[in-house]
Amino acid sequence: MHPITVDNLSKSYGGQMAVNAVSLSVDAGETFALLGPNGAGKTTIIEILEGYRKRDSGTVSILGFDPQTAERAFRERIGIVLQSTALEPDLTVRETIDVYARFYPRPLARDDLLSLVGLADNAQKRVSALSGGQQRRLEIALGLVGDPDLIFLDEPTTGLDPDARRNIWNLILELNQFGKTILLSSHYMDEVEALAHRIAVLVDGQIVAEGTSHSLREIHGGYTEIRFHVGNDDLPGSFPAPLRQITFIERGWAVLEARNPTPVLADLTKWAFSQQFDLAHLSVTQPSLEEIYLTLTRGRRSERDGRGAK
Amino acid sequence: MLFWQTLYQLRLFSRRPAALFFVIIMPLIMFVVFTVLFGNELIPGTEVTTAQFYAPALAVFGAVQACYTYLAVSTATARDQGVLKRIRGTPLAPITYILARILAVTAIAIAAVLVVMVVGILFFGVAVFPEKLPMAAISLFTGCFSFAALGMLVCALSRSSETTQAVVSATLLPLAFISDVFIRPFREIPQWVTTLSDIFPLKHFSTSFSHAFRADKAGSGFNWIIGDEIYAALPNLAVMAAWGIAAAAIAAYTFKWDPKGEI
Repeated sequence: MHPITVDNLSKSYGGQMAVNAVSLSVDAGETFALLGPNGAGKTTIIEILEGYRKRDSGTVSILGFDPQTAERAFRERIGIVLQSTALEPDLTVRETIDVYARFYPRPLARDDLLSLVGLADNAQKRVSALSGGQQRRLEIALGLVGDPDLIFLDEPTTGLDPDARRNIWNLILELNQFGKTILLSSHYMDEVEALAHRIAVLVDGQIVAEGTSHSLREIHGGYTEIRFHVGNDDLPGSFPAPLRQITFIERGWAVLEARNPTPVLADLTKWAFSQQFDLAHLSVTQPSLEEIYLTLTRGRRSERDGRGAK
Repeated sequence: MLFWQTLYQLRLFSRRPAALFFVIIMPLIMFVVFTVLFGNELIPGTEVTTAQFYAPALAVFGAVQACYTYLAVSTATARDQGVLKRIRGTPLAPITYILARILAVTAIAIAAVLVVMVVGILFFGVAVFPEKLPMAAISLFTGCFSFAALGMLVCALSRSSETTQAVVSATLLPLAFISDVFIRPFREIPQWVTTLSDIFPLKHFSTSFSHAFRADKAGSGFNWIIGDEIYAALPNLAVMAAWGIAAAAIAAYTFKWDPKGEI
């Protein structure tokens, strides 16, 4: 049985579709990431799955429970790390853990938990004296304290410095090694690539692409980009017509995109050699996942904006 | 679980010096200052001394600061911080959390009352009448319930801690001046002021509690007949209970756990 099964989930606020017919399923032990820009519907989906919000339509099954009606038994088995920090500043780290540990039937031992999240040396500190990264790790500790089967992490590293981010990444990888199922949301491509087995790219409440980082590259980034500097905005008149069809000029650069770059490169270099044309700063690159993500999200947005303008 | 949550709320209170001051210390300071300023003698036209009037009155004020002001503001602050939302995501039953908060402020209210009364008894000759103490305790608990319900109502209807703070101050302070809490009787007051203060629960709280410490009121308070010489607290309790039940019902219906700005 999948810990998370979502089928045709929709939710709108005041006529605006926040989540539009989203379906996904997450395997046990898997880290699944919802990737998308702000306002794409990530938090809405996660909060519906956590039981905070009601859905308009569709079915949701979390560990066999419907989060909309399930209460105690459901909450004992999930761990929630909210997007915003929600801690009592006047308590110490140790007291904070102890308060939340009492809610669960089989809580993790406090000291184990503190060393897992790297706060063992700060147990006596007031929460208000912790750094942003330490507070975030305490939040994650609160999500773990009940020893949940499933953990929701809503943008766990937003607003943190690179070092603190890296710490949290390592922590999430470690959790996954314990066999925890993790649903992660993020707007950082590098983050989901480092942490998630599978990624769903979310734009305007819809999943526009889904798969492993490898398959996303294959499907949405299966082209090679060839570029060289031309200096002015015109290609030479002798530039071969077949190549011209796949070339565009971008701020003094000629850019060619091809699924199979070998014949294109052959034609290009043959022409340049015969015409004594200097292919200045010639480069051949595969798009990064970041670029694929930006293309996916921008493509959708310009399509929508275009419709809106008509 | 309720016990541990209540202890936890009391610990949070003990870590907040400003709250400790306004709930526990300020009523005591007001009691001492008023008694010293006015002189601790019989209030003209009555049979009570200044201290005998102000000790229970300001004890009630301390109880209301705890159950109304502190409960409303601390709950609204916890909501702003997202703590309520986080609690909602745990197996803890929401009702347990709210009850623990109310039990904690009731304990704080008892402490505030004891501080003022004990100082009054020890240093300002405040008299205690054992046969009236049970009704004093019942009045205190009824008042705590009523104002805790009103505090939760203010918190439910305001969407931020700033608004909550403003609303509790704007409602409590003017009422305290016309409800025999801050001002001792000094002349006949206009009928409309009396009528106004009779509507709201604060005067009923101060009356039912204060009259337990009056030599000129006979009986133990378990009485419906209102008269100048009789300690009749039951009508006051009824008004407080009505406010409390109505407020609790509306608060339970309208209370939000999410911070402001989230859908």
